[in-house]
Amino acid sequence: MKTTMTRRTFLRGSMAATGLTLALSVTPFGYRLLNASALSRGEVPGFSPNAWFTITPDNKITIFVGNAEMGQGVLTAHAMIIADELEADWKQVKVCQAPVADAYKSPILGVQITVGSASVRGFFEPLRKAGAAGRAMLIQAAAAQWKVPEEECRASLSQVKHEKSGRRLTYGKLCLEAAELKVPQNPPLKKESELRYIGKPMPRVDVPEKVSGKAVFGLDVNIKDLQYAVIARPPAYGAKLLSYDEAAANQVKGVEKIFPLPMGIAVCAKSIEAALKGRNALKIQWGKGTIPDMDNNFIEKSMLEDLDKPASPVLSQGDARKTIDEAPKKLAATYFVPFVAHATMEPMNCTALVTADRCEVWAPTQSQTVFQMVASKVSGLPKEKVKINTTFLGCGLGRRVRPDFLVEAVSISKAVGKPVKLMWTREEDIKYDAFRAAASHRIEAALDAQGRLTAWSHKVVCPSILKDLRPADIKNGVDFYCLWGLADAPNSPMWNNRIQYEIPNLNIELLISSLPIPVAPWRSVQNGPNAFAIESFMDELAKEAGKDPLEFRLESLKNNKRASRVLQVVAEKAGWGEAVPQGRGRGIAQHACMGSYVAQVAEISVDKKNGRIKVHRIVVAVDCGPVVNPGPAVEQLQGGIILALSTALKEEVRFANGGVKSANFDDYPIIKMSEVPEIEVHIVKSTEKIGGIAETGVPPVAPAVANAFFNATGVRIRRIPLSPTTVMEALKKA
Amino acid sequence: MISLKVNEKVYKLDVERDASLLWVLRDHLDLKGTKYGCGIGRCGTCTVHVNGKAVRSCALTVGDVQGMKITTIEGLSPNHPVKQAWIKEQVPQCGYCQPGVIMQVTALLSQNPRPSAEQVITKMDDVLCRCGTYPYIKKGIKTAIQIMEKEGKKS
Repeated sequence: MKTTMTRRTFLRGSMAATGLTLALSVTPFGYRLLNASALSRGEVPGFSPNAWFTITPDNKITIFVGNAEMGQGVLTAHAMIIADELEADWKQVKVCQAPVADAYKSPILGVQITVGSASVRGFFEPLRKAGAAGRAMLIQAAAAQWKVPEEECRASLSQVKHEKSGRRLTYGKLCLEAAELKVPQNPPLKKESELRYIGKPMPRVDVPEKVSGKAVFGLDVNIKDLQYAVIARPPAYGAKLLSYDEAAANQVKGVEKIFPLPMGIAVCAKSIEAALKGRNALKIQWGKGTIPDMDNNFIEKSMLEDLDKPASPVLSQGDARKTIDEAPKKLAATYFVPFVAHATMEPMNCTALVTADRCEVWAPTQSQTVFQMVASKVSGLPKEKVKINTTFLGCGLGRRVRPDFLVEAVSISKAVGKPVKLMWTREEDIKYDAFRAAASHRIEAALDAQGRLTAWSHKVVCPSILKDLRPADIKNGVDFYCLWGLADAPNSPMWNNRIQYEIPNLNIELLISSLPIPVAPWRSVQNGPNAFAIESFMDELAKEAGKDPLEFRLESLKNNKRASRVLQVVAEKAGWGEAVPQGRGRGIAQHACMGSYVAQVAEISVDKKNGRIKVHRIVVAVDCGPVVNPGPAVEQLQGGIILALSTALKEEVRFANGGVKSANFDDYPIIKMSEVPEIEVHIVKSTEKIGGIAETGVPPVAPAVANAFFNATGVRIRRIPLSPTTVMEALKKA
Repeated sequence: MISLKVNEKVYKLDVERDASLLWVLRDHLDLKGTKYGCGIGRCGTCTVHVNGKAVRSCALTVGDVQGMKITTIEGLSPNHPVKQAWIKEQVPQCGYCQPGVIMQVTALLSQNPRPSAEQVITKMDDVLCRCGTYPYIKKGIKTAIQIMEKEGKKS
C-alpha cells in the first residue's frame, strides 16, 4: 500500500484511464454488486469512489480495502479473495486503502469498522462474488468480440483465452467493453481445486514498507504548517480544574495557543517538545475526583460486593437454582479479572484540518463510519465535507474504535484554524485509556450422581462497554458485550459467542458496575475474562467429579462436533494424558467466539521460592473454517496468545486517589521475548462456515495457565494476573 | 546551531542542545521511521545507532550525540540481511515497533554475528512488541545470520 487513495486522485486517475469498476452495495438485507464503471468515470453527479476494484486499459488492477490494516493482514487477505475469483495476475494487482464510503460497510456489522475478527468472515462471500462477477463480465466481453460462445472461453491470470482458436485478450484490452455490461448477481464461484490464492501462503503487501521504515502511521503524518498539540488532563476521574498559569506556559518558546476544552487544557505549539514544555509550565491545580479514595482494593471490593446485589436476568433455561439446591454434589467459586490497558505501541494520535468549508482527518482508526460522523458533528460540517484518511495503525486491539482522540484533534484544529497533530504521550495513553473491563464472577454448579454437569448458575459484575458505543443496545440492564463467551444477543454478528457446554439448567445474570472507569472493547472483548471464569470453573468441577478435565469437558459437548474436535486435536498434539515432565503442570481450556472454535494446552512450572511462573509451551488447535492466508492466520493466533499471556501473568492497571496510577512501561510492564513460550499452532482442516481468527487465540490462555498452575501445585488461583505476589500469597495460604 | 551527522549526511539545525534526539530526527529531519513509544527508554521503539551501538533516541539529547555517527532505519542498506530476513519471515504485524527492533538486531549482529539463543533474548528483551511478533523476530534473526554467512562467503 503506497498511498491512501483520495477522492480527487481517484477521480483524476480514473478519468484518465477508465475501465471496469465493480462495487458492493450493502443493504440491511444483504448486499448487491454494482457496476461502478460509469461512476468512476465521473459521468454521474454525486460521484463517490465506492469501488472494490478497478481494471484499467494499462492492464493494472487496483483493489481497494475499506478495513484498517493493523498487522492482521487484511489488505492482503481481501485482495487475495478478489484476485482469486477475478483470476487476476497477482503481479498486476495494487492494493490501496479505501476512503470512507458506504460500499465498505461490513455486510455483517453494518458500518465501516475493523473489529470482531470480522473483516475476512464478513467479506469472504461478497468479495468472492465481486471477483467472480468481474471474471464473468470479462469473459462475456471477449466472447462477444470473438463471436464465440462464452463456454468456450476461459479466464487465466488476467487474460481471457479461446482455446479452440488460440486467441487471447488481456483484461486491460477487455475492460472498457466489460464496463458496459450488466453485473451478474450470482456468478459461478470457483471450485476449491481451482483456487489460486485463497488458502495459499501469500506474502503480505504491507510488510516491505514496514521493514524499510517508510510505512506511514498516524503519528508520521506530515502536512504543511502543521502544529502540534497536547492536552493536560485531570489526575482523577471527575476532578475539576481549579487554576492554571497560562502566562507561564505562553512564555515557552514555540507555544502558540493555550485554551480549555471539556477534557483538559490544550497546548498548541510549533513542535511536540514545545507543546510538552508548555504543558509542564501550566502548573494546573485540580480538585479531587468523584471517588477520591478509589484504588485497586476499593475497586475489587466494590465489584465483589456487587455479586451479592440483585442483578438483571440474561438467560434462564430449566431450573438451575432448584437443581443446584437438590444436587448430590455442588460447587461454587468466585473469580476476578482486573482492568488491563490496550497500550498499543503507537499511542493515540490524530491529525486534523478544519477550515470553513471542509474537515480532513488523518487517523489510525478502526472505525471510519463513526469517525466521519463524529468529525462532522464536532466540526459542524456536513458528512460529505468530512474526509477521513486511514493511516496504518500501530496496533489496534479495539482501542482505536473510540473517537476520543479524534474529537480532540478536530476541536483543536477548529479553534486554531490550522492543521493540528494531537498526540497522547505514553503516560496519557495508559492513564486515559478505556480499559478492558474488569469483571467479577460467581458461579455455582451441580453434578449428578455420575458426576455429570446438570446445572450452572452464573452472575457477572462488569462495567458497561456498550454505554459509550451504542447505549440504546443496553436493554433491561443487559449489555451483551460484557457477556460474550457466556451469552450473546439473538442473531449476533459475533456468531456463537456463548457458553458451549450442553447444560440442561442454566441461569445467567449481569449487574452493570457503576464504577466511573471508562472501558472499551479489547481484543476478543469480554470473551477473555469470561473464558477465564468458565474454564477455570470447569476444571474445578472436573476435580469435584473425579474426572479428567478433558473427559469432563467432552461429556458436555456431545452434540458440539467443532468444540470437541479442537479439544481432541489439542489433547493429542500436546500429549494430554501422558506423564507431565517433572516439576511441570499442564492445563487445558476451550472457547468459541467470532464463529471459530479454539482449544489450548499450557505447560508451566512454578518457582516456589519467588512465585514466578514459567510457561514452557502452549499448544493450540483451532477450527475457523476455510483459511484465506495461512501465514497471517498462524501469526494472529500466536500474537493473540502472547498478548493474553501478558494479561494472565503480568498486567493490572494500578489506581490511586480516584485516578489511574499506572503510567508507562516501567510501572505497567508487558510481556517480553524471554517470557514467551514455544507455541504450536494446529489449524484443523475444515469446510465449515468461515470464522474469525485474530481474536480467537486470546480467551483460552489465562484459564489454561491457571489450570496448569493447579495441576502443578494443587492450588487454585481465581484471579489474574498470576503475578509472583499473587502466586506467593496463594501458596502460603494453601 | 547544532550539527548532526545522520545517515552519512551532516545537518545544521536551529534547535536547543537539550532537544530530544527522537523528535529532532522525526520532526526536523523528517526521518519518521524512528518511532515514539514511551519517552523513557523502556520500549525500544525509538532505537537508533550511535557510533554503531543501539541506543534509545528518546533518552538522548542532540547535544549528547553531536559529532557522533547516527544511523536510523532509513540509513540501513535496503538489502541489509536483517531487512531481507524480515521480509522472508514476514516478521512485522502492525509494524510500529519493527524499525526499533531491526536497529536493535542489526547492532547485536554487527557486534556478535553468531549470538547464542540466550544472548539474543537478553538483548531483545529491551524491545517491546504489543502484537507479539517475538517468535517471528527469533526466526528472523536466525535467517538474517544465514544470509549474512552466505554473503560473507561470497565476498
